[in-house]
Amino acid sequence: MSKTLFDKIWDAHVVQHVEDGPTQLYIDRLYAHEVTSPQAFDTLRDKNIKVFRPDHVIAMPDHNTPSDQQERIDDPVGRKQVETLKANCEEFGIKHFSMGTKDNGIIHVVGPEKALSLPGMTIVCGDSHTSTHGAVGAIAMGIGTSEVAQVLASQCILQSKPKTMRINIEGELPKCTTAKDVALYIMAQMTTSGATGYAVEYAGSAVRNMSMEGRLTLSNLSIEMGSRAGLIAPDETTFAYLKGREYAPKGEEWDKAVAQWKQLYSDPDAVFDKEVTYRAEDIVPRITYGTNPGAGIAIDECIPTTEGMSDSEKEQFLSMLDYMQFEPGQKLEGTPVDYVFLGACTNGRIEDFRAFASVVKGKKKADSIVAWLVPGSWLVRQQIIDEGIDKILEEAGFELRLPSCSSCLAMNPDKVPAGKLAISTSNRNFVGRQGPGARTILASPLVVAASAITGVITDPRKL
Amino acid sequence: MAKEKFDIIQSTCIPIEIDNNNTDNIIPARYLAFTTRDPKFYGDAFMHDLRYDANNEPIADFVMNKPEYSEAPRKGIHEIIVGGQNWGSGSSREHAAWAIAGYGVRVVISNSFADIHRNNLLNCFVLPVVVSREFQLELFKTIADNPQAEVKVDVPNQTVTNLSTGHSEHFDINSYKKYCLMNAYDDIDFLLSNTDKIEKFEAEK
Repeated sequence: MSKTLFDKIWDAHVVQHVEDGPTQLYIDRLYAHEVTSPQAFDTLRDKNIKVFRPDHVIAMPDHNTPSDQQERIDDPVGRKQVETLKANCEEFGIKHFSMGTKDNGIIHVVGPEKALSLPGMTIVCGDSHTSTHGAVGAIAMGIGTSEVAQVLASQCILQSKPKTMRINIEGELPKCTTAKDVALYIMAQMTTSGATGYAVEYAGSAVRNMSMEGRLTLSNLSIEMGSRAGLIAPDETTFAYLKGREYAPKGEEWDKAVAQWKQLYSDPDAVFDKEVTYRAEDIVPRITYGTNPGAGIAIDECIPTTEGMSDSEKEQFLSMLDYMQFEPGQKLEGTPVDYVFLGACTNGRIEDFRAFASVVKGKKKADSIVAWLVPGSWLVRQQIIDEGIDKILEEAGFELRLPSCSSCLAMNPDKVPAGKLAISTSNRNFVGRQGPGARTILASPLVVAASAITGVITDPRKL
Repeated sequence: MAKEKFDIIQSTCIPIEIDNNNTDNIIPARYLAFTTRDPKFYGDAFMHDLRYDANNEPIADFVMNKPEYSEAPRKGIHEIIVGGQNWGSGSSREHAAWAIAGYGVRVVISNSFADIHRNNLLNCFVLPVVVSREFQLELFKTIADNPQAEVKVDVPNQTVTNLSTGHSEHFDINSYKKYCLMNAYDDIDFLLSNTDKIEKFEAEK
């Protein structure tokens, strides 16, 4: 029987089907960070049980990590959480990448770049952006803390199988259109619940032609349209990316693994529950204007008007714009911004820094803005330095910070003050996401870079 | 979290008519930095930044602060939330489910839930009930007309009834999860009772 990529990986991990219930699914890799794991370890202690397969678990702090220095965490609450993760890992025998060491970074950046996430795996983490790892051709899902405890205790979760959707992006992406713009475009088309109940496979020539970094960005944002997982069939791009990385199979093992991974694709006649195709040519650099990632427009478009909205839609739309201090029909291009943020598990990889540097090279940062440029991992940071990108950034008036989730979610000192407008490469523009009262516009590294130079929302095609 | 067995719940409701009420709204990130499991701590933080202003003063026109809805949940009172579309989208934080459970709510009704949050609610012994858009809108109207209106959620029969109109809908829940809710049984206990199957799977892989 022909199968989708998702089906192939899922079926290979079924321990049992619970009668008229969920599937018991075996998990190859659990990632744990400091925020969603402490209560799971407490559950293990309550029940007096050990971690079932400690060698399948990798832990690292990222959310509370400061990006200006990593000698200490000043906030006692955040500090305790980071210390608790380390102590739990010591107690239960789990590999832990400490803050400030060369192995550390944002889990969703570190996992793929160390080849800890491999094609064909099932991967979970108490974090919704776990969908990122699906870009290597894996089933990767965000889970809650109760499920983290379940995986620690049994290396399994109980889940009902999602429906499958394939999203094809066909054709060539225009100049200055990045994977981030593709994701923002899909969300605007499908809404933030358009893929709820589905696992999404991304396909089509534009996806095939994306770099691994671009694919990771695309998969990362799957959750923002409600999808539990986003995956991309592994191919030569995937293999070239993974080969030689720290935890990748070596020698003969590598050849054997690649031979297996080459079977991981949706069969030509596989049937998806839903299939959508978009034209790459239609996608231009984008920005969001509201407080959910689906509320977005092409950068040169105006915010929609309330025409045709029902009363309740209108009320919610206006309340969203009220928070953002924008008007219906307003053009946002040219609007002054206060903060720019390059980083997060969405756009904190080497290619994102290369893109940012390509725009700001030989120019100067606008005096009016505060810029946070935060690599997603110590490996990314090292590569930035090795390629001399740090010098380009420095000459343009930018400072390279230390790896952290940083300003994505206001759990460390990088908070955007109330009322200030940030243009950010992160993944969520929710009310208060970057700090209580902060206003967020989501965009690609190119748009953020162009805006950092002019101090206003700027189309990189026009700079 | 305290686990109370589910049977029939009949209660007044809190109407939170916000679409895409994401888990950042349900509990802001700063409450995630704690390692406690105290239900009250998370319950107090439920919808915090919509309930309270920057000076921690209640925002009068937010629904949970209106006198008719502000009473803390107890048996028969405010045990049910009727929520907007795409309830619980965004972050996977189970703290959002802890906040709802900690506040004292036992059932959330919506026409759609985000997948991860829906699982988290079930794992925290809060029942997510999916109804049609029409039924959801009718509930909002009924409650707006009469905040004392009661809704009955019958778990054994898998029905939800607007007692003011008599309209009723069937809701889905698989037999396994229904058993868990009605017997206060945890997924982790199920998995721990199955380690032989897991070891067999690993051996054959």
